[in-house]
Amino acid sequence: MMSKQMLLNCHNLSFGYQKQSVIKDLSLSLQSCEFVGLIGPNGAGKSTLLKLLLGLNKPNLGEVMLGEQALSSLSRNEIAKRISFVPQDHSIDYAFTVSEMVAMGRTPYLGNYRTETSQDLDIIENALQRTDLMHLKDRHADQLSGGERQRVFIARALAQQTETLLLDEPTASLDLCHQLELMNLISSLTAEGHLAVAAIHDLELASRYCTRLVMLSEGAIVAEGTPVEVLTADNLKRYFSIEATVAVSDLDGSIRITAHNPVSP
Amino acid sequence: MTALNRSGKTLFFILISALLIICLCFGLLLGPANIPVSKIPSLLLDSLFTDLEASSSDWMQNILIDVRLPRLLVGALAGSCLAICGAVMQGMFRNPLASPSVLGVSSGASLGAVIALYLGLASVSVWILPLFAFTGAGLTLFIVYHIASQRGHAAVGTLLLAGIAMAALNSALSSLILALSLDTWGVGQSIIYWTMGGLEGRTWDHVLLITPFALIGIYLLLHYTRSLDALLLGETHASSIGVDVARTRRHLLLITSCLVGAAISVCGGISFIGLVVPHILRLILGPHHRYLLPASAIGGALTLVAADLLLRSALPEKTIPLGVITAAFGAPFFLYLLVRQRWSVRL
Repeated sequence: MMSKQMLLNCHNLSFGYQKQSVIKDLSLSLQSCEFVGLIGPNGAGKSTLLKLLLGLNKPNLGEVMLGEQALSSLSRNEIAKRISFVPQDHSIDYAFTVSEMVAMGRTPYLGNYRTETSQDLDIIENALQRTDLMHLKDRHADQLSGGERQRVFIARALAQQTETLLLDEPTASLDLCHQLELMNLISSLTAEGHLAVAAIHDLELASRYCTRLVMLSEGAIVAEGTPVEVLTADNLKRYFSIEATVAVSDLDGSIRITAHNPVSP
Repeated sequence: MTALNRSGKTLFFILISALLIICLCFGLLLGPANIPVSKIPSLLLDSLFTDLEASSSDWMQNILIDVRLPRLLVGALAGSCLAICGAVMQGMFRNPLASPSVLGVSSGASLGAVIALYLGLASVSVWILPLFAFTGAGLTLFIVYHIASQRGHAAVGTLLLAGIAMAALNSALSSLILALSLDTWGVGQSIIYWTMGGLEGRTWDHVLLITPFALIGIYLLLHYTRSLDALLLGETHASSIGVDVARTRRHLLLITSCLVGAAISVCGGISFIGLVVPHILRLILGPHHRYLLPASAIGGALTLVAADLLLRSALPEKTIPLGVITAAFGAPFFLYLLVRQRWSVRL
């Protein structure tokens, strides 16, 4: 195991649109080799937090630290060399081929001027292989299925070669097989020393793969720790408004959540 | 329709460049004055090596060098500017319907020019008219963009409506100024003559005016190809792969305003080149700006020069403004795009 390194850090972060506050006084520190799952009900602020960590939203209070540097002091280009992002909306209206899409991940290194070197092409090919897209590389990305497009964006993030990977609902449009493949891929990346932070709706899937879960509710962290610590029947009732039974398997420690009823208000 | 592969693209570039050269040669041949083909190369060469003022006695040389050549060069450069700006705007706004004329930028440039003519400033210096045209173009683009964009994303319907409204406002103001200026016949005439647009009577002054803008502007725009590709996928995507969206947009707005202003100030109200040319090229070459921008520059020159040739050869005895022809072909094309895109245009 390589030594852990603090990659992303935020202290007393607050953010809101106009008067409505979305993230309230949130502190979080994230290290290399971690696969952090952001969970929480709709509107808890998961996507907003990801955009704050990426610097797309500017915090009203507090600061996101990227290693020793404040995120706000870095250019978009410098940030893109260190953090990649897989957005939730992965619609493509234009006829770029898959390999062209993935090649865009090299933009922070190439700028507008330079063309890809053979090293860049190797990196692109490697990203295509890891996401099982080699056979689709010359297809037009706008003709692919939702799941295939999702993998294109993950491949693009890989081509960016960043220490940190942020993902917004990465498994939402994938079938079961590709969900597992994707989670395996992210796990192997974190084992190599990357940090992955993903907003995830599927609690069982999150509990199986994430090394740490962060539960958000109304813009604040309400529970944090290992999946077993966070996914308790009590937390699910208080923050997800469901009556649920949580069973931890003796076999592999995986968590099974059976939701019975919504909590009546 | 699928885009061409790499060698197909190279071939296509050779083809449109060759067509442009052929059209330019035809342009030198064509005209009411009968200049034999065999004499053209020697006339061109002569004028390179002799002082123009001194050799002005040869009427053939005069027509070729002082009438036909500037007309062709102005047409080619203005066509390049308008088409590449259309390609950039379509990428920047993520909208195939965007173009200098649809977004009201051309009419903004016209309004600026009309104001310069009305105030009589245009005769003070050749640079005053283009300066006013840039300002008009830039202001219009700025207003349209800010009305239509919500957090950086320009909604299709709002963008088009804002463009249409600004275009209407700009041309209403131009008409108002024209009405006011009719008392002074000279000023009114110069405004009318100018607004019709066209390449009649272009001189080397016009060539000298547009050349630096066209060359520098196109050169600069070609440096934004990767950013424009990224912007096509949306603001979040572009930012996450290292594009400073706000700064890139500011730069592109500034450069395109200058180019449209320059093109409009030398050839008047020529519309739809910026819409049609990049759109057709995108179908052939795909969405990559690395190919699309240079192809638009060549294709725009080709289209405008060819349209001018068509006009001169079909109806040589009438002087129909070039803007009429481009609008006559361009407007139905725009309607066709609008119909095809109907599903995505939510007003």
